[in-house]
Amino acid sequence: MIINHPLLGPRDAQEFTYLGDASLINRPYWLSENALREFHDYLYLRDNPAGKHRELWFHEQGDRSWLVVTRNTVTHEITKVELARDVAKARPKPEVLQ
Amino acid sequence: MRYSALRLIKESLTGHKGWRPQWRDPAPQSAYDYVIIGGGGHGLATAYYLAKEFGGARIAVLEKGWIGGGNVGRNTTIVRSNYLLDGNEPFYEMSLKMWENLEQDLNYNAMVSQRGILNLVHTDAQRDAARRRGNAMILNGSDAEHLDTDGVRAMYPFLNFDDARFPIKGGLLHRRGGTVRHDAVAWGYARGADMRGVDIIQNCEVTGFRIEGGKCLGVETSRGFIGAKKVGVSVAGNSSRVMALAGMRLPIESHVLQAFVSEGLKPFIPGVITYGAGHFYCSQSDKGGLVFGGDIDMYNSYAQRGNLPVVEDVIESGMSLIPALGRARLLRSWGGIMDMSMDGSPYIDKTHIDGLYFNGGWCYGGFKATPAAGYCFAHLLKTDRPHDIATAYRLDRFMTGHMIDEKGQGAQPNLH
Repeated sequence: MIINHPLLGPRDAQEFTYLGDASLINRPYWLSENALREFHDYLYLRDNPAGKHRELWFHEQGDRSWLVVTRNTVTHEITKVELARDVAKARPKPEVLQ
Repeated sequence: MRYSALRLIKESLTGHKGWRPQWRDPAPQSAYDYVIIGGGGHGLATAYYLAKEFGGARIAVLEKGWIGGGNVGRNTTIVRSNYLLDGNEPFYEMSLKMWENLEQDLNYNAMVSQRGILNLVHTDAQRDAARRRGNAMILNGSDAEHLDTDGVRAMYPFLNFDDARFPIKGGLLHRRGGTVRHDAVAWGYARGADMRGVDIIQNCEVTGFRIEGGKCLGVETSRGFIGAKKVGVSVAGNSSRVMALAGMRLPIESHVLQAFVSEGLKPFIPGVITYGAGHFYCSQSDKGGLVFGGDIDMYNSYAQRGNLPVVEDVIESGMSLIPALGRARLLRSWGGIMDMSMDGSPYIDKTHIDGLYFNGGWCYGGFKATPAAGYCFAHLLKTDRPHDIATAYRLDRFMTGHMIDEKGQGAQPNLH
C-alpha cells in the first residue's frame, strides 16, 4: 500500500506503524460522570467495519507525524490522508473545557 | 453410513457406486431450538456436541457460503497445547485430548498427526521463558521437554545453528502437538452433526436478528425468517459485522493473516518448527508441501489477501532459519481474516440479549481450539452456564480487569 502523506507525498506503507481506529483521538474526559465506562469503551471496543475505515498511522521511518488515513478494509484502497493534528484540532471541544 | 476398511473393500469391488453424500441439503424450517450461525469448524463442532453430548433437539447451522469455506479451510493446520496462563492452558489441553480421540469419535479420517512442535530459543531470556512455559504446561497435564542445541541438531540438522545474530540455543518440544487435515475436521463434524439430525443450511446468510424486549426470537436470513429459542454466533473473522446486526460493539479488530505452501518436496521436516527470533513457523504436509506462515499484516482488513511486504518478511525469516528453503518454489499463498481480540484470548459467553450467545475472538489460534470450543459453546448454549474449563472467556473481562494476555501486550490487537 502507498500512503499519500500530506507533507511528503506518496510513501510506502512499510515506513509506517499502525495503531488502529482513528476514534482513539477522542479520549474521554477524565472527570466525566461515566468515566469508567467511557474509558472502557474507548480502549477496548471497536466498530471494526468492513468497508470505509478511518485509522491512525505513525510515520515512524519518516517525519514521525501521525496521520489519519481513510482506507477501505475490503479492498485496501486509500481514499484520504490527513494530518492527525488537523483532525484533532477540528474537533469540537468538550463542554467542560469551553 | 459408517466408514470402515470392510466398507472400502466392498465399495472398491462394486465400482464405488454405494457412497452417499456425507450430509443432507435441507431447506430451512420455520423454527428451531438452537440456531448456530457459521458453518465453520467451531459452528459445526458446536452443533455436533450439542446434538451428541447435550441432547439438543431441532438444531440448525446457517452458513452464508459453503461449510468449511472460511478460516477452517485457510489455516496452517497446527494443533497444540502449549499456553502459559491458567485461563488458557487447561482449555487447550482439553482440546488436544479431544483431538487425540477425534477420528474414533467422528468415524472420520481427519489425519490427526502428533508429530511434535518445537519452539526454538535463541537467547538466555528466551530459554528461561520457555522453561517457565514448559513447567506451566506440565502442571496443567500437557507435555513439555527442553532440548539443548545438540538435541535440536539431532532432530533438525539442516537449521541455521550458528547464525551470528540468532544462534539456536535449544528449544521447547511439545511432542503431543502436531497437525490435522483442516478441511476433514469441518466435513467430519458436519457429517456427524447431520447424522444426529442437525440441519446444515448452506447459502443462507444472516441479515439481522429479531430482538424484542431484550430477547432474541430468531434470525432474518436471505432465505427468510428462522425462529430460534437460542442463537449461537460462531463466525470468527466476521464477528464484529454479525454482532453489529444485534447492536453490539465487540473488543475485536479483524486482521488478515497470510499463509504459504511450497511445491511438494521429499520428506525432510518431520514436525512443526517455530522460529524464536522472527515470526515464522513451518511444517511439511503429507503431500510434501512446506506449509509456513508468520505475522499478520498489522492493519484492519476484511480482504482475504495480504500485501507483499509481509510476504517478504515471512520468507526472510524462513530463509534465516532454514537456508534450504531458498531452493523451494512457492506454490500458493493466501490470507484469512482473524478476530484479533484485545488481550489475545477468545470469548465464549452469553450476551446481554437473552437467547443470544457468542463464540469468537480466536485471533490466529482458532483451529486448534475447534473441539473444545465447540464442546464448551454447546455446554453454554444448553445449560446457560460456562463450562468449568472456559470460565475465563468472558466478554466483560476488560471491565472487571480479568484479561488473559499471554504476551503482555495490552489492548493492541495487532500485537497479540
